[in-house]
Amino acid sequence: MSGFLTTFFNVDVMVRYLPDILSGVVVAVLIGAAVVVAGVLTGLALACLRTYGLRFWNVLIICFADIFRALPPLVLILLLYFGLPGVGVQLSGPMVLFIVLSLTLAAFAEEIFWAGFLSVERGQWEAGISTGLGVNGTLLYVALPQAVRLAIPPLVNRVLAITKMTALGSVIGVSEILSQATTAQSFSGSATPLTLAAIAYLVLLMPLVLAARTFESRRDKSQGR
Amino acid sequence: MQNLIDQFFNIAIMSKSLPLMLSGLWMTAKLCAAVILLGLIGGLLLSLANLSPRGWLRVPAILFTDIFRALPPLVLLIFIYSGLPFAGIEISPFAAVVLAFLLNNSAYYAEVYRAGILSIGKGQWEAARSTGLSQTQTLTNVVLPQAVRNVLPDLLSNTVEVVKLTSLASVVSLSELLYAANMARSITYNASPLVLAALIYLVILWPVVRLVSRFQRRLAA
Repeated sequence: MSGFLTTFFNVDVMVRYLPDILSGVVVAVLIGAAVVVAGVLTGLALACLRTYGLRFWNVLIICFADIFRALPPLVLILLLYFGLPGVGVQLSGPMVLFIVLSLTLAAFAEEIFWAGFLSVERGQWEAGISTGLGVNGTLLYVALPQAVRLAIPPLVNRVLAITKMTALGSVIGVSEILSQATTAQSFSGSATPLTLAAIAYLVLLMPLVLAARTFESRRDKSQGR
Repeated sequence: MQNLIDQFFNIAIMSKSLPLMLSGLWMTAKLCAAVILLGLIGGLLLSLANLSPRGWLRVPAILFTDIFRALPPLVLLIFIYSGLPFAGIEISPFAAVVLAFLLNNSAYYAEVYRAGILSIGKGQWEAARSTGLSQTQTLTNVVLPQAVRNVLPDLLSNTVEVVKLTSLASVVSLSELLYAANMARSITYNASPLVLAALIYLVILWPVVRLVSRFQRRLAA
């Protein structure tokens, strides 16, 4: 038992490497926040564009959403990070991580917002347009608020998933939580930094998990069964 | 332009790396089979524990689900793969990957099942019980078949996530599809094998993603 404790909960190692892990937390939070903002806004913009029913654009949007929902993000990360320098484009690790995760989140967010738009009945569009709001006004003041409200619970789940994926940055040398922890692990010869990393993620992401759970239990209740 | 094609769509390099990639694909298939099968079973048991009226069963189950939803699968994988040997427990890469993704995914599958079981009305339970079916019979013969049908799109989309997740196994040098592709890339100094891997993932997963979208649309309508 004491062997287990000194391996995974060595206090000296914890104190020594806590600053490293915390600097990893800062990196993960910054990249995560940038990804969430860029991904959600891009997804929302694409879903709005899709409501106009322009055939050419819709085919593009659907293909984009399908491809980025089907591809493992790690494949794209390796492709951009190792492939682009061969054609003379050198992107930094954090930049590659930001681009890939934003696009992935945008694809999922587009589908989520689009499902929200689909739930707004045709009659509401007609009513909105006939009162003189115009197509843009109806989109903005009638359809969008309802779509966004429906989108929030599934979006919380996606935001949670994409924030966890910042750990993939460790593969391409982004000094986020996991890569700080594995470096500290090899320096200290102890598994304790990995425990610290796990705790850091739990503290960081538990609020999102609990938020997702609240939405779920609300949904279960509203089904009234 | 020619440079771009040489670097990303080099047919000669793609066909040369194909045998390596196919053996990687086989490993990916084995991983998927193990994680999906065990995850479907583990998730079901976990969801039943989640819904149990007995506190000693429910509270640990909810705690388990929440913790493994919050931990990134890669962190879990590294923890198991390179942490456990420090405690004197040696574990093969395959077992480490299956264990890590199982812990992660049974939590996700459990949430899906839970929503499905809750979508079946209390009246069904009462009716089945009053016809003389036991609690277990009611669950397996009446509630679960309907519950699973109701959440089939979510089960399917979670399964897509599992397949994508197996690409992380490349980080612990398990020679699955992405590992093989990255290996071929580092040997040839060319990104075409990675493009080929992406294409293989697309061919397998795009139809499923389409199917999920169609399912969800039909449920929404």
